[in-house]
Amino acid sequence: MIVAAGYYMALAAALFVIGALGMLLRRNVLVMFMCIELMLNAVNLTLISAGRALNDLNGQVAVFFILVVAAAEVVVGLAIIVAIFRRRSTASIDELSDLRG
Amino acid sequence: MVEGILFVLMAMTALAGAVTVVVARNPVYSAMGLLGTLFSVAVLYVAQLAHFVAAVQVIVYAGAVLTLFLFVIMFIGVDTSDDRDERLPKQRFWVGIMAGVIVLLAGGITLGGNFNWVPAAIETNPEATNGTIQAIAEPLFTDWVLAFEATALLLTISAAGAIALAHFKGQRS
Repeated sequence: MIVAAGYYMALAAALFVIGALGMLLRRNVLVMFMCIELMLNAVNLTLISAGRALNDLNGQVAVFFILVVAAAEVVVGLAIIVAIFRRRSTASIDELSDLRG
Repeated sequence: MVEGILFVLMAMTALAGAVTVVVARNPVYSAMGLLGTLFSVAVLYVAQLAHFVAAVQVIVYAGAVLTLFLFVIMFIGVDTSDDRDERLPKQRFWVGIMAGVIVLLAGGITLGGNFNWVPAAIETNPEATNGTIQAIAEPLFTDWVLAFEATALLLTISAAGAIALAHFKGQRS
């Protein structure tokens, strides 16, 4: 028996919503960053299941590229967080509102 | 049948991990929840014959990225777990409204689509999407070779940028 792609899509939607809610609710920069990873994974899951349902291998290639970009993003993002923490000694997003208009 | 049981189990662990990421007060617990979600999603990749992507997911995400996260958490200090004091006025109210809209939208699309978003008219052919290394490499190095080179450049730039940021001294404040 093959699980229909829609169920994978539903799971991915749930994961994405949880990630988006975490993004809105949490104040800790690191946890917000993890929520971004959660949302990226949800999108990857949709690409894989859509690729299988449509008999197209390019879905998996797209996921491969997303993984690479996510890795680069994590490296730069965490470096920025560490650099900010060195100056301000805080990981709370509310304290870091210098750039607001 | 096997895939159905696997899907139910892995969906539950993935959702539990995702909820842990959002709810846990200690960032280390959040990282552990993320680890559970990443592994569950990797198992779901294998169930969908994306073997190579699943291996990359475990190595890059669960291995490298999560280790980096834990390293930074330990560097910054575990005891800075946020106390959820809201400093911005009415923020919680607007978050509640946005959360309701998102949940309604996602639920409506999911149920309204009747679990049939992807047209199932095409016969699913397991051979066509068997994501072995050879099968992935073939489009990667023919159709997408330019994008592949661009990601190599991107990784180099991000590594250089991370080193530059790490050397950033900052004004004494």
